[in-house]
Amino acid sequence: MITVEPLTTGTHAPLARRNPVAKLAAALVFALALLATLDPVAPAIAIGVELAALPFFGISYRALARRAVPLLLVAAGVLLTLVLFAAERDGAELLRLGPILITTGVLYTALGLALRVLGVALPGVIVFATTDPTDLADALVQNARVPARFAIGALAAFRLVPLLSQEWQSISMARRARGVDVGRDPVAKLRLFASTAFGLLVVAIRRGTRLATAMDARGFDSDRPRTFARRQHFGPADAALIVGAALLAAAALGVSILLGTFRPLIG
Amino acid sequence: MSTVELRGFGWRHAGRRSWAVRGLDLRVEHGERVLLLGPSGSGKSTLLAALAGLLAEDSGEQEGTVEIDGLEPRKARERVGIVFQDPESQLVMARSGDDVAFGLENRGTPVDEIWPRVDRALRRVGFRYDRDRPTAALSGGEQQRLALAGALALHPGLLLLDEPTANLDSDGAALVRAAIRAAGDCDTTLILVEHRVAEALPLVDRVVVLEPGGGVRADGPPERVFTEHGAALAAAGVWVPGHPVPPRHAAGPPGELLLAAEAAGLAPRLDPTDLSVREGEALAVLGPNGAGKSTLALLLGGLLKPTTGRVTATSTLAGADAAAPPHRWRASALVRRIGSVFQDPEHQFVAGTVADELALGPRRIGQPEPAVQARVDELLARLRLDRLAGANPYTLSGGEARRLSVATALATAPRVLILDEPSFGQDRRTWLELVDLLADLRDEGHAVVAVTHDADFVAAVADRSVRLSGGQR
Repeated sequence: MITVEPLTTGTHAPLARRNPVAKLAAALVFALALLATLDPVAPAIAIGVELAALPFFGISYRALARRAVPLLLVAAGVLLTLVLFAAERDGAELLRLGPILITTGVLYTALGLALRVLGVALPGVIVFATTDPTDLADALVQNARVPARFAIGALAAFRLVPLLSQEWQSISMARRARGVDVGRDPVAKLRLFASTAFGLLVVAIRRGTRLATAMDARGFDSDRPRTFARRQHFGPADAALIVGAALLAAAALGVSILLGTFRPLIG
Repeated sequence: MSTVELRGFGWRHAGRRSWAVRGLDLRVEHGERVLLLGPSGSGKSTLLAALAGLLAEDSGEQEGTVEIDGLEPRKARERVGIVFQDPESQLVMARSGDDVAFGLENRGTPVDEIWPRVDRALRRVGFRYDRDRPTAALSGGEQQRLALAGALALHPGLLLLDEPTANLDSDGAALVRAAIRAAGDCDTTLILVEHRVAEALPLVDRVVVLEPGGGVRADGPPERVFTEHGAALAAAGVWVPGHPVPPRHAAGPPGELLLAAEAAGLAPRLDPTDLSVREGEALAVLGPNGAGKSTLALLLGGLLKPTTGRVTATSTLAGADAAAPPHRWRASALVRRIGSVFQDPEHQFVAGTVADELALGPRRIGQPEPAVQARVDELLARLRLDRLAGANPYTLSGGEARRLSVATALATAPRVLILDEPSFGQDRRTWLELVDLLADLRDEGHAVVAVTHDADFVAAVADRSVRLSGGQR
């Protein structure tokens, strides 16, 4: 299951302590820069930088590996799909397995994309693993001028997510208790899935409506300017984190250009 | 402190034919503590929502006036605090202190005043943990205390409590009542909606009973209201202290064994448990929240696989299928033998109308259509749902939805009926009907297993009780 719960709380690691908005911005800058190229070198360097930065975020490599399992599966899937099905098969022939021809060109593109998936997603994984969702919402409102209605509303909705998986289980069991189940027929399975999903939607909307009412009853919809019980500061160290991320991303691209491997996304 | 004044007040939700509340004249003075009663469908929750200014102008039609300190409720929102029934859907933040601070932030309270006010509110409700305590780690009773603190921190002149203890076990409910009492020695006008009157009476000095058709049926100090109107109120579905329910226990000893749990458990929700279910016996499963009562019901119902021990059906119940545990049976085989009624009726609804909902089970097990129709008509009549045959199950009131969920489980005539909190949140009339229905089924030879924390229900119908002791949450 994909989770975004923080791994570490109250950590004192120097980068984990940075303002959540700064961490998010740094991750975005770093990841977006990587999207500019299709080569495997720049993302490989980026992954190296990300892994090197890990101790400064107070995350152990073991914890990251556990958290990144779905991500690794996706990257492996990308690699496999491209090796098997890529249309362009240029470069030197490496291996022929029946109808599948593996060439250096295919491997190069596939590796590039798989590394890109990892390099782009890891910064996000690191940020969410070291950021309390409440702090993130606070910082978005206070430092990035995101409307409170949106940020705090999303935060409250986010708290209901774990309940949804419980509800799904309840609804599925309730269907069985009503005599509804399916054997191996895939169409019937799909229909049961759809009807369970609809039941979940109804329950989720009701719960969400009740929560929204309770929030408005405590003045969430009032026109008064909100005050902030928890201050989030954005200081020079936070700005430095963003600048640092930009510089490192530029360096990764620079190395790739110098080595002549740079393949721009556009052009 | 606030004053409430209603003159000829009525509200009809958009798209409904009948009025939720109508013709209501009521004045509540500064500092009064009012218990608002009425059978289900008399519009108590709608009235509270109106007072809290939570009925949007475009969500229905209003008659007459409501005023709080002379203001229209939508303009008096800052004077009113409200606590709802369901703790899960009224806590906003992940940490307890932040949740109490949420309302203060919304109202623009200066930052240096926020935390002292949060701490005061938490002390007033007797909150036992520090501000960083995750709200998800609290018991239901503690969560409701926290919700109360969140309302009190805003210093409301009028505090509205909409069945704040309905979802709680008796310990949790006592916790919340203690908090309401402790918070009471201040200048807040209180209006409380609560089904279980006896427990709520120490908290109030006035009782107002709403008439389902509209208007006020009785109003005054509790003793007077109950002396003058007690019998009539009880008959109308209001829980009145001193009107005990005649118990209905089994006339004879239980019959054959149908279902047995042998050290059946599900880590970490339920410790290994032994239990036997016999025909002609009503069995109550008791225990605090978190002891795994609902989990046990699911194991017995063949809906979950135990992680330890086993659940076995006897050949009396399942014939040749008894060789396999119930959780391995096909659903169509299961519903003919074991019926399960969930705590939340809405989880079980799958069809578009009440009649289709009842026909679903019988059709699934391959009964011919005339037999299905006959069964549906019989159940509609037996559970007073005949006028709702064409209604959408999701639009039913709480009592109606409960009756329908029981009826759906009965539709396939299972020998064992397992119910999770069947009497929860029901008015007296529905409650009595349920007791009678379950007692009838038991007397016809069915086995009835009810997971419950309703002591009156146990006293009224259970022939035997089992208490689960686990539960740390």
